[in-house]
Amino acid sequence: MKQFLIFVKKEWLHIWRDRRTLFILIWMPVVQIILYGFALTNEVKNSNIAIFDQSKDEATTTISDEIAASRYFNLVKNVYSYDDIGGTFRQGKIRMAIVFPRNFRYDLLHGNRAQIQLIADASDPNTANTLTNYASAIINDYQQSVNQNEALPYTIKTQVRMLYNPELKGAYSFVPGVMALVLMLVCAMMTSIAIVKEKEMGTMEVILVSPLKPFRIIIAKTIPYLLVSLLNIASILLLSVYVLDVPIVGSLTLLMAESTLFTITSLSIGILISNTAKTQQTAMFMALMSLFLPTLLFSGFLFPIENMPIPLQVISNIVPSKWYYIIVKNIMIKGLGFEAVWKETMILVAMTAALLGISIYKFKIRLA
Amino acid sequence: MQNEKVITAKELTKRFGDFTAVDKITFDVEKGEIFGFLGANGAGKTTAMRMLCGLLLPTSGLATVAGFDVYKKNEQIKKNIGYMSQKFSLYEDLTIAENIRFYAGIYGLSDERIKEKTGSLIKQLHLEGQEKTLVKALPLGWKQKLAFSIAIVHEPAIVFLDEPTGGVDPVTRREFWGLIYEASAGGITIFVTTHYMDEAEYCNRVSVMVDGRIDALDTPANLMKDFSAKSMDEVFLQLARKAVRTGD
Repeated sequence: MKQFLIFVKKEWLHIWRDRRTLFILIWMPVVQIILYGFALTNEVKNSNIAIFDQSKDEATTTISDEIAASRYFNLVKNVYSYDDIGGTFRQGKIRMAIVFPRNFRYDLLHGNRAQIQLIADASDPNTANTLTNYASAIINDYQQSVNQNEALPYTIKTQVRMLYNPELKGAYSFVPGVMALVLMLVCAMMTSIAIVKEKEMGTMEVILVSPLKPFRIIIAKTIPYLLVSLLNIASILLLSVYVLDVPIVGSLTLLMAESTLFTITSLSIGILISNTAKTQQTAMFMALMSLFLPTLLFSGFLFPIENMPIPLQVISNIVPSKWYYIIVKNIMIKGLGFEAVWKETMILVAMTAALLGISIYKFKIRLA
Repeated sequence: MQNEKVITAKELTKRFGDFTAVDKITFDVEKGEIFGFLGANGAGKTTAMRMLCGLLLPTSGLATVAGFDVYKKNEQIKKNIGYMSQKFSLYEDLTIAENIRFYAGIYGLSDERIKEKTGSLIKQLHLEGQEKTLVKALPLGWKQKLAFSIAIVHEPAIVFLDEPTGGVDPVTRREFWGLIYEASAGGITIFVTTHYMDEAEYCNRVSVMVDGRIDALDTPANLMKDFSAKSMDEVFLQLARKAVRTGD
């Protein structure tokens, strides 16, 4: 046991001496959270628009003001011809243009029918869709305020309630995603690199000649990284609660326990990689290819898995981050208890057991 | 010299697939001896040494190290040997004291013993005041001397040195051999592989490996007489010319 602790201490010294890497390890999650939180958001805010108002009456002015005042739009230009609209789009200055025809208010009040044209830049289809939806909603609001005094004979009104995330904040889905990413990177990549480094340096041979049990060596190497990743989880959670206003609705204990489980899964992947990789570069590349990309693509935090073709959906099942992502979402965002995540937990436990089994088996073969 | 045998090998063989790296080698090493293990690159020295250290399982043959069977008492062997690998094997990002502490620690030395050892080792190597220097700041020769001292910090019965002086200048090599003689005088058996024939002459007995076999084994003086050579260099060249295998 004492030998084991000495090894852990030595491993800690390696991390401590390599301040640059330690710095990256500790700040990477913070930067990621801040980036995703404020810069890389899929919400559409402050989009530049132009308005072509041929009517200039009370109604068009009110609607224009409402649109310009909303946080989604930023009125940059009033245009006076269709050609002008085309030109402004081509210059890339706006994402959407709103066209009011002549006599808009008159048609609305006397002809019972008025039209507004929304022209959006659909080279980015999602944004175009979102923008036209936002604009339509503002226009509908205006219509309702006009109709307010008249009782329409038949109306269906939809009432929308956004569960768990009433403000539709992107942070609710990427905080769990970043947690999965960071744990994968820190645990799997860093441990595999640390183990391969000893092989590369020739120190592994000397350690293997010593009375230390090989499996203890591996465990000792993983422990400091386990601690670093728990620290990362803590910083991610603190940031999400206090900076991004994403609450932890469910049990913190359960969340930490599940995170520790996922950390062990990642560590065993790291050990597995280190068994095969001969150089640090190979280890890093394998970790990136086998962990980072699948986590981005298949955990469901950037791209909805439901929309993928069936073969990809099947593949996504073998990506551990997908299950961890579901677990974190259920506990943290939806506030569900263990009964809601036990299946995913069992899957992770099974994966971890299998991965650890394989790596121990392979490790023994290498020593024979 | 006492006649106690600390290493015995009988027809020890290692095959990797069709390739026979070590071909039925038989030899004994006596306690306190400095045993030179010579051979060209790829002759099978490192493989043989790894089998004796418990890093590789032999394909066939018998061997005991410090009285323990290499097949079954692997763990016991590890407690009784020191090992210095071909590659530099200290941690460059750790200080001298930390390296000593680590290697002494994994062999289970007590804290007081580690402290004591660190003190005497630093003194022996004239590194006073440099305990907190990172190992990467040391010149190669010092690193090798430190690595050797650390390899015997737990006072093993046998220490295996795999080309310990590769790339080291002649003066430092001589100092290094000074350390080896000191250790040997202290009762530690030295098993050393080398490329340098002048070093071979420092050994009590040498064996020369060619293509996985031991083609000659005797004291340097006897070998030179048998091969009617003026130096170990000539002996080695005469033997190595027979090699079919090319180096790695």
